Formats: sequence, structure tokens, C-alpha cells
Amino acid sequence: MVPPLLKILTRKNWAVKDVNRKGGAMVPRPGGPVILAGIILSEISLYFLLPHNSHITKGITALLATTTISFVVGFIDDRKVMGGWFKPLALVVAAIPIIVLGAYEPNLDFPLFGDVKIPALYLGLILILIPITGNTINSIDVMNGIASGFMTIASFSLVLVLFILQNYSVAIMTLPIALTSLAFYKYHKFPARIFPGDSGALTLGAAYGAIAIIGRVEIIAIVALLPAVINSFLFLSSVKRIVEHRQIKRPTVLQDDYTIAATKEPDAPVTLVRLLVAAKPLTEKQIGIAIFKLAIFSGILAIITAIISGAKL
Amino acid sequence: MTNLLLFAFIGIMWVLMLAGGGILVTMVSKITISGYGDEMDFFIASVIKAIIALVFVVFWIVILSKLKNKIFQKQLKP
Repeated sequence: MVPPLLKILTRKNWAVKDVNRKGGAMVPRPGGPVILAGIILSEISLYFLLPHNSHITKGITALLATTTISFVVGFIDDRKVMGGWFKPLALVVAAIPIIVLGAYEPNLDFPLFGDVKIPALYLGLILILIPITGNTINSIDVMNGIASGFMTIASFSLVLVLFILQNYSVAIMTLPIALTSLAFYKYHKFPARIFPGDSGALTLGAAYGAIAIIGRVEIIAIVALLPAVINSFLFLSSVKRIVEHRQIKRPTVLQDDYTIAATKEPDAPVTLVRLLVAAKPLTEKQIGIAIFKLAIFSGILAIITAIISGAKL
Repeated sequence: MTNLLLFAFIGIMWVLMLAGGGILVTMVSKITISGYGDEMDFFIASVIKAIIALVFVVFWIVILSKLKNKIFQKQLKP
């Protein structure tokens, strides 16, 4: 589906400059529509293939509704740059279908120690989790292939986690997110032929958050996202406010040899990439590989967490 | 070196998450209140648990922030 979208985006001149590329090539954006289409078509197919029960019906419907609303939020931001608070607040709306359809259980499972029943608090948690996962993936979409590659690793880790926990139907529901991320990565990896844009990153992040809630693996899902969570944490603790990333100073600079180095600007935000290039400048490809290694490490920690969850203390 | 520090930071976050969850499940969730009627007892206990959980979250963020400054001291210097 990407090649036809590329043609449409190129014809409409919807492209942005790849600032880290030699010559600053214009790259079509957003790839969100194909990401959304990939998830919707696969989930609808699964709906007809999986055995029919209310858990699966509610789960797939909530996942599709949350994902679609998140895409719309991202697409608005792709076309018109909104303020820093727009996406977190608008993504709260994307979480509402999960509550309305009752595609959750009000128990929060803590690995090793068991679960706690928190009916009222859990509703607040749902409203917070979707904006967190959506914006976390969006904030790591800083270079060619990173958001889609990272989501591929995190989603496949989550599939394994759900299989280990014998939550087979939700594990199968997670596969479209992992496979869509992988398929998009083919066009997004360095040198990127398309960017996902906010619509693509928010769609993937919100879908992942919805699966975490529907599959009752909220904590383990966050473990698999830790490198992206660290990136958001570093950013927020240095900027100390919620702000649109296009409104702040760049944390890195492109050098003459096309390697990326940490900026010397004292008030530029601290990010994962800035830390990675702090010791020595790296190429965009090397930065991507370093982040994928961190994602694999977090994925392994998530799988270990799922395995030890079986042994309650 | 920075890469190793990042792996260590992720490991520490993981341990803190598991430990925080353990404290919440084994201690905080067991809190009960009595003497105000069943519904009020449940409500007051829930509010107390929610406040403790929020305090834990803030505490967790402060610890992480301090750890971040300590671990990445050299890298964070402009």
C-alpha cells in the first residue's frame, strides 16, 4: 500500500526535508494512512477468523476505534502544527471507546506480586495510558526508521509476552501492529522513502496502549517501551513543560561529514539520541542500531517479567 | 560507555517498577478503614490508597531524576 500513497503524497507535494540527509532530500509524509489501513484490514480479517466471543469482539472494536481516533488526532497535527497540549488531551478522547465498550478489567496486574482491584482508579489509568504510549512513540520518531523499527521490536516482544501468559487471542490481535510496523519499516529505514508523521506514530503508539489494556499487560507493556519512556522522561525533565517538539532547539547537530553530534546549546533538551552521541558523533544508521539494541534489551526484560509472573511471591 | 550506562538505567527502571508494584500490592492494597459505614469505609480507604499510590509515583520520578543526573553527569554537561 505504500507505493500508491507515495505517488499521492508526491503529487500533492506533501513532503518535508530530511535534515540529516546529504543534500536534505524531501521525503513524503505522512505514512499514517497506510499504517491505519494495515491495522484495520488485518484486525477485521482476524475478527472473522478468531472464534466469536464478547471478549474478542469488544477488544477488536475498541482497538479499531482507539486507533482510528488517534490517527485523526495525528493527521490534524500533520497538516497544522498544534500546541504542545493538543495531542495529550486529544488522545484522552481516543481512550474513551475502551471504557465505553468495557474492553478492560479493572484489575492492575503487578508482575510477581499479583493484582489489585481498583475500579475507579483504573478508568483514570486508561485515560492516561493511551496518551502516554501514543506520545512516547511519537517522541522517539526522530530519525529514519526508528519509530517503526522500535515498534516492531516492542510489539513482537508483547506478542511473546501474551503467548507466555496464555492470552492467545490478544496475542494474535497484537500481530497486525507488529507486522504493520515491520512492513512500514521497509520504507522508513535509512534512507527513508516515507515518514510516518504524527498520524503514523500516534496510531502505532495508541494501538500498542490499547492492546496493553485489553490484554491486561499494562506494566509489562511499559517495560518493553522503556527506551522510549526514558527518551520522554529525559526530554520532560530537561524542558520541564509539555511542548511541541518543533518549537524547541534541536538537541543534536549535523556535522560536515554527515555524522550527528550533541549540541553545545545549554538550553537544548536532553534526549536519548543526544546521550547516544554525547561521547562521539554517530551516523544516523548507527544511532538507529544503538536504539534497536536498547529496544531488544527492554523486550527481553518484558519477556523475563512475563515468565517470572507465573511464580507469584 | 554511554550505551552501557543506558542499559544500566533501563535495568534500574525495571527493578524500580517491580519493587514499586510489590510495595503497592503487599502493603498499600491491604489498607482497610472501619467505623464510618461500609460504603464510606471503602471510599475513604480507596482515597488513601490513591494518594499513597500518587506519592509513590512522584517519589519514583524524583529517584529516577536523581539517578539520571548521577549516571549521566558527564554527558549532560553542555
